[in-house]
Amino acid sequence: MYSRTYKASVGVPPVLWVTVFLLVPYAILFCYSFWSVSPQQVIVHNWNLQNYLQLIRNPIYLTVLFRSMRVAATVTLLALVLGYPLAYYVSIHAAKRKDLLYQLVIIPLWASYLVRGYAWKTILGSDGVLNGFLQHLHITQRPVEFFLYSPFAVILTLTHIYTPFTFLPIYASLEHVPRNLVEASHDLGASPWSTFRRVVLPLSLPGVLAGATFAFVLTLGDFLAPLLVGGPSGIMISNIVVSLFGAAYNWPLGAAISLCLLLLVVGLLFGTERLERRLTLS
Amino acid sequence: MSGGFESRRAPLLTACAMLVYAFLYLPIVVLVVYSFNGSGVGGFPPASWTFEWYRELFADGALWGAVLNSLIVAAIAVAISLGLGLPAALALDRTQFPGKAAFRRLVLLPLILPGIITGLSLLMLFVAVGMKLSLVTIMLGHGTALISVATTELFAGLQKLDRAQEEASLDLGANHWKTFLRVTLPNLGVSLIAAGLLIFTLSLDEIAVSFFLIGRDNTLPLEIWSRLRRGITPEINAISTLILLFSISTILIWYRLRMRSAHADEPVAPLLPSALEGEAL
Repeated sequence: MYSRTYKASVGVPPVLWVTVFLLVPYAILFCYSFWSVSPQQVIVHNWNLQNYLQLIRNPIYLTVLFRSMRVAATVTLLALVLGYPLAYYVSIHAAKRKDLLYQLVIIPLWASYLVRGYAWKTILGSDGVLNGFLQHLHITQRPVEFFLYSPFAVILTLTHIYTPFTFLPIYASLEHVPRNLVEASHDLGASPWSTFRRVVLPLSLPGVLAGATFAFVLTLGDFLAPLLVGGPSGIMISNIVVSLFGAAYNWPLGAAISLCLLLLVVGLLFGTERLERRLTLS
Repeated sequence: MSGGFESRRAPLLTACAMLVYAFLYLPIVVLVVYSFNGSGVGGFPPASWTFEWYRELFADGALWGAVLNSLIVAAIAVAISLGLGLPAALALDRTQFPGKAAFRRLVLLPLILPGIITGLSLLMLFVAVGMKLSLVTIMLGHGTALISVATTELFAGLQKLDRAQEEASLDLGANHWKTFLRVTLPNLGVSLIAAGLLIFTLSLDEIAVSFFLIGRDNTLPLEIWSRLRRGITPEINAISTLILLFSISTILIWYRLRMRSAHADEPVAPLLPSALEGEAL
């Protein structure tokens, strides 16, 4: 058994640090969301619900929030559609090259976010690589403008960034599928498709759920891709927060939106965790 | 058919997987190719080849200043996150204390929480205590956010350690400190280096948290960001190519180290970055 001093010396420093640098800041965020800004641009500590009422009354916030959720759901779906077959292939069919193929997915996962976003900008721009390619083949005569600075560009870029995030947990859960179950299903005469649908897929659902959560939450909070490739029609809820903390100077309102976002994320994590537990048990 | 599940060929699936790889690597390839493109950022096919952008890049003082800032920030972030992630992993692996579950969730939250929330709430903290924004605030931000990565990586390392060695050391009369310094720490060496490398790379690339905590001095991603707002130049392709080269090599070293720290009898199935494995903790 470990002594009290040992316990205290490994427990206290990290607990203190995360209290000061995570818990206290969240508490400050919470407080700010009930304050307001005076016309002289000073933050006034008079506790009220004005910020939250404004979020409900002014349709722009809910509109953008719903749009962000739609974008996040689309990106999640696309990332799953791309990530699942990839994970299935690497886990089950790759055989000897498994290690290499796995590393090839890890590299884009940890490679620079900004660099990848920028790469899409150079591809999609009106004098970019894609337009150059299309004109070179005489498919289009003039540059197509809507590739860049559109919700489409945001979805494409974020799908590219978050596909490896869905790959990893799906791959992990596929690796845990007992291979003899699959053999048994096969020996009992099930076709490959029904083996997949009735044995492999249900067992890999916890991974799908974890991957979907990652992709959804991180897309929902993204503000860089919309600034980089999104243009005015691609702005998301976090861009509103950024502008409220910047030029628009309304920290309390920005804090209220951030707090809603935080609660949404924590609620989602809580929900998926419970769902995952139920999936693993059954 | 006796070939079984694993060896059956699936041309359609293989084709799908290859297409996804193509999608993942297309932008990276384009970026690298166009960093040598003589006629600027766009166009197809590249008209002529040049090293001009790299030459410009190496003469660009502001950019190298930002690189230096980023390296300093990343080094301190590694120190902070390992310095706190190691005790946190030890506490989660070996001790029971009230509020342990809540502590675990709180430490890991920045891993999944969008960077904007971590960045903003820290900004409010620094403003509340009257701390000026500078590279120091970015270091604290990166350090705090990356404790989550350090904790999951080191926790996975601790779980793989042979506890019998520690018990032997304790039975032979060494106290917990001695055992930690002489047995646990040396055994954990590879995990520590691997975690440090990963955190270093993540900090070098970090932009969402830094965005809110930046003072007068830019880190490299923020310097690139501010130039992107002014329009794109092939010089950014060149620096991006170098960043990619750097991240790819550190990621590969990290991955090799992680593989080596695994038990020899573990199947070929590669270890996952435990941060993403869900069940790691």
